[in-house]
Amino acid sequence: MPGLNTLQEPEAAGNTLLDAIDRKIIQATQAGLPLLSRPYDMIAQQTGLDAEEVIQRMRNMQVMGIIRRIAAVPNHYALGYRANGMTVWNVRDERIDELGPCVGALEFVSHCYQRPRALPDWPYNLFAMVHAHTREEAQSQVARIEELLGEDSQGHDVLYSTRILKKTGMRLLP
Amino acid sequence: MDELDRRIINLLQAGLPVVDEPYAAVAEQLGIEEDELLSRLQLLLDNKMLSRFGPMYDAQKMGGAFSLVAMKVPAPRFDEVAELVNSYPEVAHNYQRDHNFNLWFVIATETQQQIGEVNAEIEQRSGLQVYNFPKLAEYYVGLQLPV
Repeated sequence: MPGLNTLQEPEAAGNTLLDAIDRKIIQATQAGLPLLSRPYDMIAQQTGLDAEEVIQRMRNMQVMGIIRRIAAVPNHYALGYRANGMTVWNVRDERIDELGPCVGALEFVSHCYQRPRALPDWPYNLFAMVHAHTREEAQSQVARIEELLGEDSQGHDVLYSTRILKKTGMRLLP
Repeated sequence: MDELDRRIINLLQAGLPVVDEPYAAVAEQLGIEEDELLSRLQLLLDNKMLSRFGPMYDAQKMGGAFSLVAMKVPAPRFDEVAELVNSYPEVAHNYQRDHNFNLWFVIATETQQQIGEVNAEIEQRSGLQVYNFPKLAEYYVGLQLPV
């Protein structure tokens, strides 16, 4: 429809995968999917698009991996997982690509990444989030990772979340 | 939260298809009316059992960028600095952790450059060093916690 695409939108360098219509859809849904029987009708209304087009574009975004999934994100803490720890490890650089996926495969690990050290304050390069009901349970999870890494880990620490300060997920700027 | 709520949460962590009436199929799977599913979802959100319900966008796949950032904030200034960091829409998540690196946040932006800009601004406005821990390799992402 002519006229709609004349809305001012900032140029985002390197953002060639999304056009103005995709951005409208993302902005209308990034806070959540409407809890209505026909949610895409509502999004169509808000964006001035066709419901069919909204559905098609969101399916495309899912195929491209831009939408990982449309799902509930539980509040782990409120649901009894009170010990959510960021475990961090100083792993030998030459072994980390081999050991990282092994740690990630453990059933209590949700995210496992290699990140840079910040010496001297921060000597850790492997970050693995663990989730447990209690600190005791989390400590035994840490012990399992420690055992897995053996001598290839030269130190570790665990940082428990004590407060969720913000958890809105990413927000595309208008 | 009752048994039905738990079943709803467990089922919906896996994801909904993009169809005209996405809740109808889920309600049928659970053996309840669509109306009840919708009102229970709203309640779970209102009670903060669920943080969010909707599309999970991957900033990086959009051509964007994520980073994990930390700060060492002196205790008396903690709330003030947390609020400053929260004020940025680019900050997707922000947590307090039990360590001298006590403030940890995730920045999600459209461009790599914006991450540096946000960090520089936070550093300048707080007077505290910002430690940037971008992802160098991803070994695993994905957790569905049974409730």
